[in-house]
Amino acid sequence: MGLHAAKVLETLKAMGITHIVWLPDSETGFLYEAITADGSVKLVPVCREGEALAVAAGLWVGGAKPLVLIQNTGLFESGDSIRGLGLDVGLPVVMVIGYRGWLGGRPMTDSAGIYTEPILKAWGINYYLVETDHDLPKILAAQDEALKTSRPVAVLIGQEYEK
Amino acid sequence: MMDPIETLKTLSEHRTDQVVVSTMVALRVWSLVSKRPELDLPLVGCMGKASSLGLGVALARPDRQVWIIDGDGSLLMNLGSLVTIGNLSPPNLIHFVYNNSVYETTGGQPVPGAGRTDFVGLARAAGYLQAFRFDDLETLSLRLPKVLKLPGPTLVDLHVGRATALGPLPPARRTAEALRTVKAALSP
Repeated sequence: MGLHAAKVLETLKAMGITHIVWLPDSETGFLYEAITADGSVKLVPVCREGEALAVAAGLWVGGAKPLVLIQNTGLFESGDSIRGLGLDVGLPVVMVIGYRGWLGGRPMTDSAGIYTEPILKAWGINYYLVETDHDLPKILAAQDEALKTSRPVAVLIGQEYEK
Repeated sequence: MMDPIETLKTLSEHRTDQVVVSTMVALRVWSLVSKRPELDLPLVGCMGKASSLGLGVALARPDRQVWIIDGDGSLLMNLGSLVTIGNLSPPNLIHFVYNNSVYETTGGQPVPGAGRTDFVGLARAAGYLQAFRFDDLETLSLRLPKVLKLPGPTLVDLHVGRATALGPLPPARRTAEALRTVKAALSP
């Protein structure tokens, strides 16, 4: 069982997501196609991931329900935004993060993968691992947690999206 | 070169219900002249992200004009946001640059490209529909009302000198409080 872009989009729509603040990673091609073809969730493309949390914070202030979609390398890039406009302000937002380097639990060789979970733990950001359609309710759980705790919560995507 | 307090006072005189995101030393000048603090979003720290924060509000609330009072050093830290904004082209966004050519917060060291960087040219090249530069208060007062009515995104490069007075540096938690105050003020 894989992770299907259409099913992911269905989940995001069920969550009431209005905007996806996004910079493509190597695994989100099919998801981009699904979002643009569907047209009901607005894509907000940014030039670097550090913009993403700040744009999401502004969208939230304006009453929208944003979600951030980046790769783990972009998580590293976003450090000060996650600190200042995620954690410090208590932003209830889900960050869906492509888990580059993840090898299904086997020892990783890509440093992007190796440092991902330790960094999330250092920030005290809780996270869920999603590898198949079966795991998609975890994104809903992440959103519930973000709202209840007023904190960003991460979802690590450990599998390439399929069509 | 314009006096910073008089410059932001001129902006404040023309403000009605705009949400105003300000940052770094500009937020400490803005706090002296703002008449609607309940619609102010001071971004304390997180340098460079005022433009991105303002963009988010502008996209969520196309019915409301959003002003960003950025710094030149701050904008240099997030120059890609000019392209992000130019690409999304929110007509309700006005991006002021409090351009004093220095990192005033840290003691006045010159920013890279001080006095040479053309923010108006950068904004136009990035897709802003309007871009203006002002270094004279009289001209600013005269032209600002018209500039504010033009469809954006608009960049207004304000050439200011060093501030002679500053409001207090708010604690970081002020940003968290302001986000919630403005969110409540904007909710239907």
